[in-house]
Amino acid sequence: MTERVGIVIVSHSPDIARGTADMVRQMVGEEVPLAWCGGNADGGLGTDVAAIKAAIEKVYGPLGVAILVDLGGAETNSEMAIELLDESWRPRVLICNAPIVEGAVMAAVEAAGGAALEDVRATAEELSP
Amino acid sequence: MAPDLLDTMMSAAAAVIRDNAEALTALDQAIGDGDHGINMTRGFAAIEAEKAAMAAMALPEALQKIGMTLVMNVGGASGPLYGSYFIAMGRAIPPDPLTAAAVAEALIAGALAVQQRGKSAPGEKTMLDVLVPVADAVRAAAKAGTPTADMLTAVRDAAACGLESTRDMLATKGRASYLGERSVGHLDPGAQSSQLLVESICNVVAANLAAAKVEDV
Repeated sequence: MTERVGIVIVSHSPDIARGTADMVRQMVGEEVPLAWCGGNADGGLGTDVAAIKAAIEKVYGPLGVAILVDLGGAETNSEMAIELLDESWRPRVLICNAPIVEGAVMAAVEAAGGAALEDVRATAEELSP
Repeated sequence: MAPDLLDTMMSAAAAVIRDNAEALTALDQAIGDGDHGINMTRGFAAIEAEKAAMAAMALPEALQKIGMTLVMNVGGASGPLYGSYFIAMGRAIPPDPLTAAAVAEALIAGALAVQQRGKSAPGEKTMLDVLVPVADAVRAAAKAGTPTADMLTAVRDAAACGLESTRDMLATKGRASYLGERSVGHLDPGAQSSQLLVESICNVVAANLAAAKVEDV
């Protein structure tokens, strides 16, 4: 299988994360490794460092992983999750400063074309004001 | 540090968070997403559940374990923020002997880690508005050779003043920043939980000072 950048979607809400992943799948099918996580360890709204780390590990490959987040805590917890990864992985796991739904779809489309991690992030971040 | 002292500190911290969970949540409902009390209670309950193992560790390892437990269990942004605080303190503090100067260095390292994790600075209506004055108070006391009892008073005052200072601040970081001017007039929930934790630790040290378990440091 051709290598692709993996996409991880991190929302406070499991429904938003799952729904965003559904939209990504509709656009790019199974071409791109995709994982999502949402909610805290108790199943309420929030984000869970262990779950984010597991999602990254699920889709990590040689080209790396682009993470799309919603609000502040999702970003802070994603940064923490990256720091808990093996040191050799960390430079190839990036958080995109982009709206979560549009950013995930745009990043996945770019990734599906075989783009490098930096290009995937740049495409997602073009959406930011 | 004596294992029973660390054990008592963890229990006191967990209790003060649990007892004030509703108040923390109420503050967070005013200017955040309303989960601070619940999240912190979950994190400190996880610490209490493992406290026997942590109390048996050397202080640097125990603090790092406390931090990692918060990172993994809190579930909001305060998890990585408090987690980074304790992990950085654990990295900075010597195992023994524990001097006021060493505690000050650790508190400063902790506050710096929170600044980096939150991309924030004091004056932005966050927990830093308590944690930085507390670190400064310990450092000043260490420099002046202040007796521990007086240092505790200075630390409590620094925490209380720091907390109160957040009331009139405009939030520019975290969820409260979305409210803009509407964030003014409310205490910051993170600053409140920090003040509660500092106060509870000071109480433990004071009680042990009275019982002569803690020598002047």
